[in-house]
Amino acid sequence: MAEQGDFLHVVTTDNLSSRRMALGRAIIWGSAGFLAVVALAQTLQETGYADFGFSTWRPTLYAYVLWAICLCWGQVLIRGEQGKRVLFVLPAALFVISMVVFPLLFGLVIAFSDWNLSSPTGRTFNGLDNIRQMWNDDFYWNALANMVRYTLAIIVEYAIAFGLALLLNSQIRARKFFRVAFLMPLMLSPVAVSWMIGKSMMEIRFGPLARLARELGWDSPSFFGSPEMARFTIMVMDAWTYIPFMMIMILAGLQAIPKDIQEAAKVDGARAWRGFWEVTFPLMLPVSITVILIRIIFKLKLADIIINVTAGGPGGATDSVTSFIFREYRDRSNVGYGTLLAMFYLVLIVIAITIVMKLTDRWARPRY
Amino acid sequence: MSQQIFHDSPSDLAHKTKWLSGRVAVYGALILWAIICLFPIYWTITTSFKMAPDVMRGNLIPFWDYQPKWLGWRSLGISPDTIGAESTVREEFLKRFLNSVITALSASALAVFLGSLAAYGLSRFSYRFGFMRNSDISFFFLSQLILPPVVLALPFLVLYKSLALLDTRIGLILLYTLTVLPIVIWIMRDQFAGIPKELEEAALVDGLSIWGAFATIVLPIALPGMVAAFILSLVLTWNEYFFAALLTSTHANTLPVMVASQTGSQGISWWSMAALSFAAILPLIVIGILLERYIIKGMAAGAVK
Repeated sequence: MAEQGDFLHVVTTDNLSSRRMALGRAIIWGSAGFLAVVALAQTLQETGYADFGFSTWRPTLYAYVLWAICLCWGQVLIRGEQGKRVLFVLPAALFVISMVVFPLLFGLVIAFSDWNLSSPTGRTFNGLDNIRQMWNDDFYWNALANMVRYTLAIIVEYAIAFGLALLLNSQIRARKFFRVAFLMPLMLSPVAVSWMIGKSMMEIRFGPLARLARELGWDSPSFFGSPEMARFTIMVMDAWTYIPFMMIMILAGLQAIPKDIQEAAKVDGARAWRGFWEVTFPLMLPVSITVILIRIIFKLKLADIIINVTAGGPGGATDSVTSFIFREYRDRSNVGYGTLLAMFYLVLIVIAITIVMKLTDRWARPRY
Repeated sequence: MSQQIFHDSPSDLAHKTKWLSGRVAVYGALILWAIICLFPIYWTITTSFKMAPDVMRGNLIPFWDYQPKWLGWRSLGISPDTIGAESTVREEFLKRFLNSVITALSASALAVFLGSLAAYGLSRFSYRFGFMRNSDISFFFLSQLILPPVVLALPFLVLYKSLALLDTRIGLILLYTLTVLPIVIWIMRDQFAGIPKELEEAALVDGLSIWGAFATIVLPIALPGMVAAFILSLVLTWNEYFFAALLTSTHANTLPVMVASQTGSQGISWWSMAALSFAAILPLIVIGILLERYIIKGMAAGAVK
């Protein structure tokens, strides 16, 4: 604490009586002990050594919540003013740890087991079988390759979003109307969009987009016929939803650029085109990288549209990793294999994002 | 007829036409994109009032090339003639709608509550939990963004099953809170960093406790940011489909799950699907129009430091 120093300087005089601190320790350890007892009792029942009449693991959950509350309260009792500060961050930290770290550790166990939720045998540890199965699963590798393709589409999305942001940032009338209109696709639920665009507007016989395509000379428009076309359509629909998101962030970046820099370039005789490439674009580099990174993170979660429009078809050609695992679970209710695929995906993502962040860190420094 | 004496020089005239064509291009692009954004919504609204022949003929403009009918809304039980009568579909719809409202509102409120506290603490005090300093804690929270939902989905399925939280609203609320928490912390950290800490120092000198200063001085100033974070969370949680589809079956289904389950089964009866889809997106369209300012503020907070 001392080396860093608080940003907010507070002088406090804490007179914590030793009884108060003892009480604090007592409730923390007491509730922890209670949690341990309840958990142990449930484990015993689960393994068949004793019967306490629990039907679910709820009692352990309640004991855990009690312990979490006591931990927060105990901080204040033991550490006084310092404890009150800890209380700002502790609830969120406890929440995230219990909602992420435990399930992840649990997921690691599941990932190396054969567990069909609908079969009565329950979980059996099967070592590396799942990895071997994954290695030979062409559909999964295809889904991974698709994620790369979908992610590359971000470059085009970024270009369009940048163009729109420039338009919105220029001298126009009815700016508010255009901003609201451009924002709309982001507000719509991907599931509704799947029906509105994917299932009705692109319907081959009666959909307005199919009619338009026929008007334009495409004899038999089919948006999901060939794998390439289907992939492209999915990309377009996803882009439609998320371009507003990139546009708004780029717009915020554009508005933060000091006006005089651009004016100086103008005075120096730079044309609009050169002014953009040599002044605006370099200044926007940090914002652009943030936007693209966030967009990649969102893109990696892409699933709703694929599940609802193509269900991965034709022949798994449009599958994203998420939609593939979703169907893997829905069709075979195999929790173990699905979890391993997801874990492998997570490892790939962490590696890729780390590399990208390290790389961008070098040229993301603003060059004012 | 009098002769015009003074002329604009040809180069000035050229400048003007160039300016004009530039304007036309700008507005053309803007209007084109506005149509791309709004046409699907327009299509959904109008289709919900169509009948089968109108759909097949591809009529687009109501009253002009077809007579609007309440067909789609009648199948949902919310057309004028069925609104008074009993309707199982409407009850089903309202139940899902209520589920969506409750889960989205509670998850967003919980996330804003937890996230604001954490962001405030991180922006004002130095912590040390074991080896973790402030920047590490911040990174720990924000790194949750990278976690794809699919990684958590199946473990949660099993955990919830043994905790009897499957198909409950509470289970969904907890998960949704988790998914939006990093975004809330990101926005709120930015907000609190912009508030001068002298304000709290003055309040502390005047005898308020830290929490008192936070509640009475800081919160009112940070309120717009909190609203922005809340609205953004609301949008994300209202539209969430993946977890809802996996973790709910009959009781806690949200609206997207209902829409998705109807998609395949309806065949060509587009009017009812259109009515359902439109009912599902309407709340967010309203929010988007009324609170657009806050949404943009929330997203802009992340972009510009």
